[in-house]
Amino acid sequence: MFVWFHKLASPPFFYRFAEKLAPWLGWLSLLVILAGLYGGLWLSPPDYQQGDGFRIIYVHVPSAWISMFAYMLMAAAAAIGLIWRMKLAHAVSAAAAPLGASFTLLALVTGSLWGKPMWGTYWVWDARLTSELILLFLYLGYIALNHAFEDRRTGDRASAILAIVGAVNVPIIHFSVTWWNTLHQGPTVFFGPKAEMPPSMYIPLFIMMFGFMLFFAAFMLKRLQVEVLQRERNTAWVRELVEQS
Amino acid sequence: MRLTALIGRDLRLAYRRRGELATPVIFFVIVTALFPLALNPDPALLRTLAPGVIWVAALLAVLIGQDSLFKTDYEDGSLELMLLSPMTLEWIVILRVFTHWLVTGLPLVILSLLMALLLDFPTHALGTLVMSLFLGTPILSCLGAVGASLTVGLRRGLMLLPILVLPLTVPVLIFGAAAAGRAAVGDPVAAPLYFLGAMLMLSVTLAPFAIAAGLRISLES
Repeated sequence: MFVWFHKLASPPFFYRFAEKLAPWLGWLSLLVILAGLYGGLWLSPPDYQQGDGFRIIYVHVPSAWISMFAYMLMAAAAAIGLIWRMKLAHAVSAAAAPLGASFTLLALVTGSLWGKPMWGTYWVWDARLTSELILLFLYLGYIALNHAFEDRRTGDRASAILAIVGAVNVPIIHFSVTWWNTLHQGPTVFFGPKAEMPPSMYIPLFIMMFGFMLFFAAFMLKRLQVEVLQRERNTAWVRELVEQS
Repeated sequence: MRLTALIGRDLRLAYRRRGELATPVIFFVIVTALFPLALNPDPALLRTLAPGVIWVAALLAVLIGQDSLFKTDYEDGSLELMLLSPMTLEWIVILRVFTHWLVTGLPLVILSLLMALLLDFPTHALGTLVMSLFLGTPILSCLGAVGASLTVGLRRGLMLLPILVLPLTVPVLIFGAAAAGRAAVGDPVAAPLYFLGAMLMLSVTLAPFAIAAGLRISLES
């Protein structure tokens, strides 16, 4: 098990592993997302207050969730890359950043489309919206620093520090922004006697979250393959790979 | 002994290039003066906007000032000698951030009094405004120094620095401007000031490690 794990950190082995795994995850995510959409758009009842408008949560909540998950993944991989000098860990951070930024943008856009009919405005300076916006800025700063250096390795290590400093700051930012202003609806209780959602509403939501996770994993692997190829472009195995194809 | 030597060197150098170090302070004054021109010279409006305007201007001025934090030492090679010296790099950088704050941050805190008067900020709240800047600008210096340590080797460093650091400064801005704004309307100000103090402690203790690590990476390349 550990031997296999250790091997996974070697770029050529990982490249072939991702080549096999990514299509499986990709097609599976398509199936799961289609199932979740069917459950969310046809099977679940309209909300008693928000009507059909609430259905945007089937995209909004999974994207917001992944936007935060991707940042934590990026920061954790950055720390691993800095401490153990693992090349693949830096590639994980670099690949997670643009994906995470895209999901952050998706969460912001779907939230603002939902906000227009529900709150009467596309944007309010509410705590969660503002935190999400700042998260987007953090991603953009990371990407900008990662690409600013001529030497890829320096860029990786410098942006790793920024990612870690950002991860320490994220709770403080979230707390300060909540203290400052809050309007977003509170967290919804899913289970137990106080459940605010029937199973026909939350089961599709969980299916969608699972589908988005699979989608994220599949695209992570594809992006990682590209990152690995770019970083290893002067090595023998990449040259072999290019000649074969 | 070595600490005082380092502080003395930084202060002497600062005195000899005082024109360059005055730039952030002048920037602060001019940016603050732009707001009444762009908005409306109505004193009632300016009074409500004053804490936010002063805080945003101070934030940008501190960040602009951080560009000169390590630049000359990086260019003439002194930074590499500091890295090789037996003193811990973390100590050296926190001293540098402190002296840099003394010559760029502190004048800004004092000048904020003048700018507050120009914006018709109520005089009874001036103490809180100065206190919030006094606690807040060193945090900004620490965060800006993290960014400066990472971008010191880059030619476009000055452009990149705000993008890296501004999102991290949001809590300071919120609590700082809230303290001054609450004081102006007579609300209790203890909570935001305590938060600023807590964040100051946190950044003074944690930032040196990030700054030192950033410098090591910048110098290796």
